[in-house]
Amino acid sequence: MPLIEVDGVTHRYGDRTVLADVDVRVGERRIGVVGANGSGKSTFARLLNGLVVPSTGRVAVDGLDTRTDGREVRRRVGFCFTDPDAQIVMPTVAEDVGFGLRRRGVPKHEARARVDTALAAYGLADHADHPAHLLSGGQKQMLALAAVLVTEPAVLVMDEPTTLLDVRNAELVSRMVADLPQQVLLVTHHLELLAGFERVLVFDQGRLVCDDVPPAAVAHYRRLMR
Amino acid sequence: MSALGLYLPGSSPVHRAPAGAKLTVLVAGGVGSVLLDSPRQVLAAVGLVLLGYVAAGLSLRVAARQLRPLLWIGTATAVFHVVVTGWQRAATVVGVLAVLVLLAALVTLTTRTTDLVDAVVSGCRPLRVLHVDPERIGLVVALGIRCVPVVVALAEEVRDAQRARGLTASPRAFAVPLIVRSLRHADALGEALIARGVDD
Repeated sequence: MPLIEVDGVTHRYGDRTVLADVDVRVGERRIGVVGANGSGKSTFARLLNGLVVPSTGRVAVDGLDTRTDGREVRRRVGFCFTDPDAQIVMPTVAEDVGFGLRRRGVPKHEARARVDTALAAYGLADHADHPAHLLSGGQKQMLALAAVLVTEPAVLVMDEPTTLLDVRNAELVSRMVADLPQQVLLVTHHLELLAGFERVLVFDQGRLVCDDVPPAAVAHYRRLMR
Repeated sequence: MSALGLYLPGSSPVHRAPAGAKLTVLVAGGVGSVLLDSPRQVLAAVGLVLLGYVAAGLSLRVAARQLRPLLWIGTATAVFHVVVTGWQRAATVVGVLAVLVLLAALVTLTTRTTDLVDAVVSGCRPLRVLHVDPERIGLVVALGIRCVPVVVALAEEVRDAQRARGLTASPRAFAVPLIVRSLRHADALGEALIARGVDD
């Protein structure tokens, strides 16, 4: 699994410090991130593929610095947002899945084959030519996943991907994630999704306050929430 | 069923025609529309475009739906011209607008966005000498088409929120949240574009 290094990272939006002195290295296959709203966990997730460059400190994936090698890092680290609507770029389902491949210059015939495979894998084969905005919430999240994973990143960062979903669709996303060969870093409020994870990071007020196996980290998080 | 000019799959001759040819017809139609100066000519142009819908296997109901966004501006334009220049000019101006909207919708209804983007990118390739990136222009076209249903959905959400709070129709109470939400969406979309490799 790729090694993600976060060294002495502090990040500020204007005068507001959202992450302070975060030092962590992760190389496990499944990593959870939990914390209250505004704890800095989403900013932490955005650091990992260079969407956010830290005010101070260094973030690297397999030795590639997000500050200087952002393009290479983003090719290795896929990002799935909370609201799938915000990451749908193209009008139809198949076109949206193929968008990332087009940007990477994948030849058309190869891109078409990979899109078809991804659509079948995520239950969207019958919706290939449908307008993406008419899909259900669960289907949109599947589309978002397919659109990221079709580019075959080594790492998948997911920022609360089940927050807007009903229980059935949340379980569907959870099962999909469990089967992925990629390293997955999942930011979530749904603690049951962390079953089977190897490590959980707990954030509180911009600081990494606990880094442990899921039972201990979740217990720590619950104590913080009381 | 698309009400907003989004692609409707099909295998008609219009669907199979090259995207570049359809865009060329659209541009030629736009340029040629300045020559239309009587209601009779406009009526003939409308008939010609509607023939295109029939050839594409699209119903007249689909065609009529494309004109819905034109309702308010069309009505205002017609009233202005009836008062200032007479009913014939009003019919001509509004008719030309309808022809252009119908023609543009016929192109987007029968052409995949990726094919349109390919055609635009190909057509803009000579602009590279001016340091213009054709892929960026293609992306702008794709995002423009994609954002139509997004903004419509945002407008419906704002209107629903107003109704839920018992607010009467107020242009400012509608426009301000719609603009704020649209800007927020644009921000999120920008982040998603970076995440999906657009800055590569």
